Amino acid sequence: MSAKIFRACHAMGPVVRGPALVAHDGFSARYDLDRLKGIFSRPAHKLAGQSYVGKILVLDTAKGGVATAWMLHEMKSRGIAPLALVLNSVNPILAQGAALGDVAMLAGFDEDITAVVPNGAEVEVNPAEGWLKIG
Amino acid sequence: MAMKLNDEEQDILAGKAGPVPQLALRHQIKVGDFFGAKDFVAVTQAHIMADTESLGEAGVQWLEGLAATTEGQHRVRIPTITDPRGTDFTKADFLGQSSGMLDLERRAIAAFEKLGVAMTNTCINYQTIQPPTRNEHTAFGDTGVVIYANSVCGARSNFEGGPSALSAGLTGRTPRYGFHLPEQRRATLRIQVDHTPSSLNGWGALGGVIGRLAGNYWAVPVIEGIEGAPRSDQLKHFGASMASFGSTALYHLVGLTPEAGTLPDVADDSLPAYRVTRADVEALQKSYHTDNTVDVVVFSAPQLSLYELGDLAALCEGRRFSVPMLAVTSPQVKPDSDRMGFTARIEAAGGSVLSGMCFYQSYAREISEARGWRRLATNSAKLVNVLGGYGYRPMLASMEACVDAAVSGRLLRI
Repeated sequence: MSAKIFRACHAMGPVVRGPALVAHDGFSARYDLDRLKGIFSRPAHKLAGQSYVGKILVLDTAKGGVATAWMLHEMKSRGIAPLALVLNSVNPILAQGAALGDVAMLAGFDEDITAVVPNGAEVEVNPAEGWLKIG
Repeated sequence: MAMKLNDEEQDILAGKAGPVPQLALRHQIKVGDFFGAKDFVAVTQAHIMADTESLGEAGVQWLEGLAATTEGQHRVRIPTITDPRGTDFTKADFLGQSSGMLDLERRAIAAFEKLGVAMTNTCINYQTIQPPTRNEHTAFGDTGVVIYANSVCGARSNFEGGPSALSAGLTGRTPRYGFHLPEQRRATLRIQVDHTPSSLNGWGALGGVIGRLAGNYWAVPVIEGIEGAPRSDQLKHFGASMASFGSTALYHLVGLTPEAGTLPDVADDSLPAYRVTRADVEALQKSYHTDNTVDVVVFSAPQLSLYELGDLAALCEGRRFSVPMLAVTSPQVKPDSDRMGFTARIEAAGGSVLSGMCFYQSYAREISEARGWRRLATNSAKLVNVLGGYGYRPMLASMEACVDAAVSGRLLRI
């Protein structure tokens, strides 16, 4: 069976491979995460209680404020960061945070990326070529 | 396509201005290329969000590395100021903050000062330091600052997180994308409002409803139906909440904000349209009323203006609080509050006036654990939206109801 590939309009960071953690919900490191425990902590978030560490997060859009620009870098320094961020749309803060923290990021797809990547699937993110591959 | 650099930018990138601006420009090019920016635009002011809960040890070390550099240009080129810090050093014991938190704060402050950054420690610089003018390109951090500057002042800024705002201060420019471009500033959805709030919590709740409808950073709501001329504090809460709930950076109020003299100035005919009613605003507020008792009352996010502190002081007259009540303002407003007796009147009732910090940027999770504060009442819609992930049960109410709750320990249902 051939692998499924989804191309992104915006990309940066290193090539990574890992398990996808998927939800049609937003993302803000300050609003949504317990960065000490490495889990989603906002009760209303669809991933509440789940670990994001080492996962390729596949989510809808950036939410909230500016703190994520520092927090991705800080989380990575403690080995408690997501492996990559893949979103339908991002705000400048997520891109700035990924740039400082050297975290892989893709954004802007032809389809709703949260609807086409199965939760738990093994995926590869290749920012240099601007795609996500399932399998 | 890669960003086009002018001669000066090519020199900076080649290291001719030193390693600090070189690193800053490299960071900006990464971000600019990501968003397809064609070139840079000169900016006149920068505003840096950099509380140490966000920075952590790694972020402070990164700043200290820049600050230790003596080669070439190693100070900011344009006026560059700071958002609230992670503490009010005079109230740190009251907040239950550790010496480690305070040490990290001191190190960050020392690094910023070496880089030439002015420690204004405020998220209401548009009320206290220098509001930008129409079409002025800036690099502002703090979403509440950006949305006010873009919408009310007609200035041009994206959300610039700490590393990018500092980079803009060091290079005097920022990638030209997003809300620096006229075409990005046109409305993408149309909102008809049936209800014009009067209270600050009402304005915040209205902003929250519209932020949820807008849904992402690139959406620009144009809003019709607001009655009268809103005050700066009302639009402060409105915008800060909209930016928090929706990651929204720009809105237009027809006939009120500078780019929207008339609807066609900012909107095409075919925009998706929504109606927002009083019931929508009340529903958002009620959704946060999850308990009848409170552990703490907090007025913060954004920092309070002198007028807000004056109103609060009047409500505190003759009252005695049974639970802690915190009012957080800027270092620019606090001396006036002291001089005019507002601080003394609030503290006579048992409240505390804090300066230069913001509650959610000050290790809110650790404060909750140290002080046992879970059920929190506030008149800030932004604050209730932020604090859920920090383990609080935040509740939104009017300033009057919050003061009553500080006295009785009970929050009346709206």
